[in-house]
Amino acid sequence: MAGFLQRAARAAFLAVALIWAGLIPAQADAPKPVIQKATKGEQCVEDTAYMRKNHMKVLNHHRDETVLEGIRTKKHSLKECINCHASETTGSVAKSKDDFCVSCHSYAAVKIDCFDCHSTKPQGSMAMHPLDAATAHYKHKLAAGAKQPVSVEEMAKVAQ
Amino acid sequence: MSEMNPNQETAPASPERRRFVGGAAAAAAGLAIAPGVMLIEVAYGRPEDQAASSAVRWGMLVDTTKCASGCNECVSACSTENGWTPVAESKHPKQAPQWIRKLELQDPLTQMQTSLPMMCQHCAEPPCVDVCPTGASFKRADGIVLVNRHTCIGCRYCMMACPYKARSLVHEPLNDTQKPDVPRGIGCVESCTFCVQKVDRGDGTTACVEACTAAGHNALLFGDMNDPGSEISKRLRELPTKQVRADLNLNLGIRYHGI
Ligand code: SF4
Ligand code: SF4
Repeated sequence: MAGFLQRAARAAFLAVALIWAGLIPAQADAPKPVIQKATKGEQCVEDTAYMRKNHMKVLNHHRDETVLEGIRTKKHSLKECINCHASETTGSVAKSKDDFCVSCHSYAAVKIDCFDCHSTKPQGSMAMHPLDAATAHYKHKLAAGAKQPVSVEEMAKVAQ
Repeated sequence: MSEMNPNQETAPASPERRRFVGGAAAAAAGLAIAPGVMLIEVAYGRPEDQAASSAVRWGMLVDTTKCASGCNECVSACSTENGWTPVAESKHPKQAPQWIRKLELQDPLTQMQTSLPMMCQHCAEPPCVDVCPTGASFKRADGIVLVNRHTCIGCRYCMMACPYKARSLVHEPLNDTQKPDVPRGIGCVESCTFCVQKVDRGDGTTACVEACTAAGHNALLFGDMNDPGSEISKRLRELPTKQVRADLNLNLGIRYHGI
């Protein structure tokens, strides 16, 4: 306890000294990250506090199981994080500076490499677009028993 | 379902009705992918928490006598499913990633022409895995050869080692155009994955096979070569097939008939 008080006193003294010396402005805080509420779901798969600190470990562990062994459970899957946390405005977790992943990472100045390879948008966003010959999932074309390229009019008839 | 199959009455029945492996999933989803053809091997869909098993060895049979010259359905289906830009549309076609390509061959003596798709052969003894300095190039338990992009350093040793020119390096940033199911990116090597995302989902087939079947050619067949009862094992027992560069003794996952 005494050690803690001593350290706190020293830190406070240092801060005051630095402000006084004009080295850091009194209002030095960087703008706090915007943490958008997940659009889907009430509760994260782990406690929020645990996830804040350990999400990278959780993701790395799941990543190895998925890539190397083909285990595709939803819990701890990056895809599911994105499904829940994609912003309602940009539809992405990393497109604009206030999107879920980017917002905290730029505050903490930690570069994310995930999105060099991974899509930042949830799966199934295609379903939001009208289904036409260009955007149709191959399965839909197959379901239509197509032998040739499917026209837009034909695609419109296919139930989604 | 009826309005989803406008061609049902007119289409001829499939020449051989595919063996249908029963399963709750198939019954629920009614997986008729084309008139008279049911999605086969649904029984291989394993629970998502279960690792791929070496009891299965995924393989493909290419019947070049049915493969149509000039047809590109398998290639475009692969590009759509896996999100790579078709080579013709690429800004730099010479270095554009290509997971599968069509080859048109001609015997110089007889002039006989053969058309076939060429892609990663999913070698049982893959040279690309032998040479990889980081262990990023690896063979999964069920025989699918993949690149772990988290550890690939883009050295391209595997591209040199592969006898089939099956691998490509991604040279350009992809700017979030990837499919959610198929992460891929600049600086990593990639090749055919046997549509591992579909296999793990239990589809029991690949995009190229679906497309070839839908186009009515039926030149491609995908399945478990370890299961003596599977359609592919049956066909492999009946048809004479070859491995490309069989002299290399790599025990390929893709077998060609008619070459
Ligand atoms: S065909 Fe090439 S890339 Fe595929 S497993 Fe064999 S050596 Fe590796
Ligand atoms: S390019 Fe990647 S996968 Fe290929 S040998 Fe080098 S590290 Fe291994």
